[in-house]
Amino acid sequence: MRKIFERPKSLKDVPTHYCPGCGHSLVHRLICEVVDELNIREDVIAVCPVGCAVIAYEYWDFDCTEAAHGRTPCVATGIKRVHPDKIVFSYQGDGDLAAIGTAEIIHTANRSENITVIFVNNGVYGMTNGQMAPTTLIGQRTSTTIHGRDVARDGYPLKITELLAQLPGSKYVERVSVNTPANMIKAKAAIKKAFRNQIDKKGFSLVEILSPCPTYWGLSPKDSCLRISSEMTKDFPLGVIKDI
Amino acid sequence: MAKIMMCGNEVIGEAAVHAGCTFYAGYPITPQNELTQYMSFRMTESGGTFIQAESELAAINMVFGASAAGARAMTSSSSPGISLKQEGISYLSACQLPAVIVNMMRGGPGLGNIAPSQADYFQATRGGGHGDYRTIVLAPAAVEEAWHLTHLAFDLADEYRNPVMILGDGILGQMMEPIEVVRKHLHGKLPNHDSRKPWALTGCEGRRPNIIRSLYLGEGELEEHNRLLQMKFGKIKSKEVRFESIYTEDSDLVVVAYGTTSRIVRSAISRARQERLHVGMLRPITLWPFPEAELQKLSKKAKAFLVVEMSAGQMIDDVKLSILGRRPIHFYGRAGGGIPTEDAILDMIRDILRARSRSRVRV
Repeated sequence: MRKIFERPKSLKDVPTHYCPGCGHSLVHRLICEVVDELNIREDVIAVCPVGCAVIAYEYWDFDCTEAAHGRTPCVATGIKRVHPDKIVFSYQGDGDLAAIGTAEIIHTANRSENITVIFVNNGVYGMTNGQMAPTTLIGQRTSTTIHGRDVARDGYPLKITELLAQLPGSKYVERVSVNTPANMIKAKAAIKKAFRNQIDKKGFSLVEILSPCPTYWGLSPKDSCLRISSEMTKDFPLGVIKDI
Repeated sequence: MAKIMMCGNEVIGEAAVHAGCTFYAGYPITPQNELTQYMSFRMTESGGTFIQAESELAAINMVFGASAAGARAMTSSSSPGISLKQEGISYLSACQLPAVIVNMMRGGPGLGNIAPSQADYFQATRGGGHGDYRTIVLAPAAVEEAWHLTHLAFDLADEYRNPVMILGDGILGQMMEPIEVVRKHLHGKLPNHDSRKPWALTGCEGRRPNIIRSLYLGEGELEEHNRLLQMKFGKIKSKEVRFESIYTEDSDLVVVAYGTTSRIVRSAISRARQERLHVGMLRPITLWPFPEAELQKLSKKAKAFLVVEMSAGQMIDDVKLSILGRRPIHFYGRAGGGIPTEDAILDMIRDILRARSRSRVRV
């Protein structure tokens, strides 16, 4: 009998702490599949964020460090400059990357640091009770926007990925999702390309991944996946934003 | 070897290169700009990395990454910028990562001014950021001493896997003094630190993955982590105290001063000695760990102490904690960028030894 599906070697055989239906464990898995397929497990150094994925190092079987909230790309920069031949990636949520770490991600992209950034956008602060994130949609209810995000009070959803794509230092920027099997395949291809770019020393690559948060969206896992297609992609359309 | 003239900021940069520093990130702020500018070409020349960061927050976190990767890494700034770095310094200490941080202090609080000051003593010696931790704090009083203490800073950082701060001020940073320096030309990076730093992130080839973290969520885990850190800090306190004593053997009055201020005190003392006044000086070289035991010892013989600082009175707390009320402690401080004068210190010495003492804080 031939085995056609198995746990990636880079993914530890342990249960995760993520809520049922959360996209993080899917993204973790895709990264590990790519790391295995590119045969880079022994060269990878990951920078884990503050947020729901703070203990990603409990699941990934390669070198990892934590980073202060939002400073993830700076830590990745320091590691990459010391070990230019290792494969360094940072993993960030929307609060980490698009709020507290806005300056850091813009300047890391602008220096075209040869790193890979995996940006998981679920539109809320999942770790701290589901407050409004910079990427929360207009009208979306969160624990700090109980009547829905109000533009007059709370401003607009921040399309940081489009903003980053403006910079000459950004070499590859794509938005994908993990809400359907077809989108999972595209997401994996994008992650793989972002890692391959680093191996080929092309410069800064970022993949934004729209990811479900059933707990703080107040939806079932299935409806959360449907909401990504029906609502989230209107503000955050999927596809390649930049590839040079 | 011929002596050359260099300012303190440049000397610290050159000493860092000699000590094997291969990574520097910084952000402009006066009065430490000469160091960032020096590193911008010396790091490149010596095969290391220089990054002009977008902020002090970014710089300290780049240093965090470089240190986690096994490199000897340094950043520098001045008071307001050091406040921004405190988040990162707390993480470095918590994650047990070595790093050297230079603070050329300026007048505060707030934006303050760009005159020399010693008002960041509390911040430097009490940890500065959140949580129970300490940084080793070295206080050079001269350009040549800055050279030696920079080497020591990297060694202590690596030995104890903890951040070390070099605490100077605008005078030390910008004043030129003669020094013998061999400008070693290092070609390429230093050999990998892997063998000496088995915890570093280098890719997990041939070993189990390394994890750098300060998050301990399990029951009792963080308390245990703190216990281990405190044991380390205890070891540093018992082994790494450094100070200089002048004339303390026969002194009725011991002046306690560090850094630039100690040089002014030194001049005042030599004049006082000509007047046959029995006064000496204890100069802490490590501000943390503080020379408590030496002060305790001196307090058995000396009749009084005088603390002189370029602040409204910060190190005086450590002197009080060391002497525990055994002797009167007088204070002369200038805050907000004022510099104590030799004459004013001499007046204080005369007043105290003639038992007409009074505390002064000139702001």
